[in-house]
Amino acid sequence: MAELVAVIASTHHPFYYRASTATGEDRPPFADEWVRKVEAFRETLTKARPDVLVMVGSDHFHQLWLDNMPQFLVGKAPFYDANWYNEEREFGLPRMFFTGQEDLSSYILREGLDAGFDLAFSNELRIDHSITCPIITLRPQNDLPIVPIYTNIFAPPLPRPKRFVQFGRTIRELVESWPADRRVAVIGTGHLSLELGGPRQFGPHGPDPEFDRKAVEWISSGDIEGCLSEVTLDSLHLPGNATHGFMDFMLMMGVAGEGAKADYVDTYDLFHTMEAYFTWYPNGGVA
Amino acid sequence: MSKYLLNKFLFTVDRDPELVERYREDPRGTVEWWEAEHANRLLSCHGGEASTWLRFEDAEREALAGHDYPRLFELGAHPFLTLTLFIAMFERDHEPMGFQTEYARRLAHMTMPYPDIAT
Repeated sequence: MAELVAVIASTHHPFYYRASTATGEDRPPFADEWVRKVEAFRETLTKARPDVLVMVGSDHFHQLWLDNMPQFLVGKAPFYDANWYNEEREFGLPRMFFTGQEDLSSYILREGLDAGFDLAFSNELRIDHSITCPIITLRPQNDLPIVPIYTNIFAPPLPRPKRFVQFGRTIRELVESWPADRRVAVIGTGHLSLELGGPRQFGPHGPDPEFDRKAVEWISSGDIEGCLSEVTLDSLHLPGNATHGFMDFMLMMGVAGEGAKADYVDTYDLFHTMEAYFTWYPNGGVA
Repeated sequence: MSKYLLNKFLFTVDRDPELVERYREDPRGTVEWWEAEHANRLLSCHGGEASTWLRFEDAEREALAGHDYPRLFELGAHPFLTLTLFIAMFERDHEPMGFQTEYARRLAHMTMPYPDIAT
């Protein structure tokens, strides 16, 4: 059976690539510390020596659109092109190319359907920065095959938070029952409090530091029940109008498990959003 | 109310570099052309299979033709789509992050709960 060697939850800040590669006067004052934090976070994945990455993110109206919107979608393709014109334009992200772990995609689709998740699939998926950003931060050599999984945190009606947690638990069960002698890491990205296109956007820090503080506590302590007791589709409007992306963190809490304390926690308070990085080693340490 | 069509306009213009420039330079003409020629286009289908029923309401058409992003927010257009396209059109005219902070300031009158963006 496959082994789940690391569970990683992260924000996916699209400006990291540009900030970390900028030089001279173009380099923002927060870049050096940000790079230091990201490189330390990267080491937590490197140490786990994964063979395959399951990548959980959310399409930002790139390929998935309102005429045909899935709630949960699994990419099943031998390859994936990545990043879109408007991400190059706004964030300076490079075009990227990935190899798919197609047999694991098939397994997750078949077994996921049988486990009660009516998963959509895509045989030709161009992935966006919700998945390419964590590759840039955590695995810049981009040398591992992936299974991309998209969630809808973007276009209501959305699944409820509990469903994200349940799907995370199921992803873990499926990875751990995959009959292949491979080391798998599951990496998911979302947001803490975030406002985009509203009056609270691009402030000196995230729109709701108190929500961010509680969110980091829920995630780092694995307090799924506490989190679910306070977080609803309605409540997520309050910390910022794009905060439903926090449900991808809740999905990753489901992968890590109830009460699972993160083995690595770091945050970085940037203008307009707080970065947050978490790693769990499910089997108690890095073998 | 045709929030879906508002979003469809923002979505289809934002992903086309030529349309981004055309909408920046000639907003009303672009909106009228798009509504006549593309509003009913079923994406990824040929023209013979276009829809037949989609049109803007007057307030929606005016908001788009006026580059009135606060009004688009009030009408329930998806804020991510509006922000992304308007950054593409107008960030170049401001200091770094200047357009984004101006955008927030022009929406400062909006209070919770924000307009519903469900389509």
